Amino acid sequence: MTEAILPIALALFSVSLLLNLYRVLRGPDIIDRILGLDTLNVNAIAVIVLGGIYMNSSLIFEAALLIALMGFVGTVAMTKYLVRGDVIE
Amino acid sequence: MEMPLWLDAIVAALILAGALVATIGSVGLARMPDFYMRLHGPTKASTLGVGATLLGSMLWFSVAQGSVSVQEILITVFLFATAPVSAHMMGRAALHRRVRCQEKTNGQPWDEMDRLSGRATQSSSSGESQR
Repeated sequence: MTEAILPIALALFSVSLLLNLYRVLRGPDIIDRILGLDTLNVNAIAVIVLGGIYMNSSLIFEAALLIALMGFVGTVAMTKYLVRGDVIE
Repeated sequence: MEMPLWLDAIVAALILAGALVATIGSVGLARMPDFYMRLHGPTKASTLGVGATLLGSMLWFSVAQGSVSVQEILITVFLFATAPVSAHMMGRAALHRRVRCQEKTNGQPWDEMDRLSGRATQSSSSGESQR
């Protein structure tokens, strides 16, 4: 049953990735683009996990963990730059 | 190890529900009228959707490999711990930059900020004039 569900879930996540990309490209303010990139990271984790189920290997989850880590660090660095004018004070 | 049918159904339902909820969150991100509303979709809906997908994947690999799959637990814990923090920082950056909010909003958020920080209070129509 899961094999039948997987393409539908991947298609839904692809649609949400496209919507996030639309917000990144369009976003009126720079903070909208940062929010779009952060959501893009979160959805990419889900796509990688679904790909791991599809390929039946859990090796790829290290990449998902790295993307979660780097996405958080990047978001915090960009917002800190916007608020304080400097990343590391 | 062969997967029983009821567990397969639970995994499929979790993945499908997670994908639907995450897509609804991204639609909210793309369609909401101002930034403070747009912040709601990804921080709540997308995190819940990806968390449900990770839970389904955790069940799937735990049964398929016969041992508890640790990476998904790590990813889920990390995602649920960092999503509110990054949302809080983005909201604070938006308030700092005085991003325009919709005209129907009750009260401008930076009036209170100005009053607290002792700066000169601006007129109540600062939402249109700023940015």
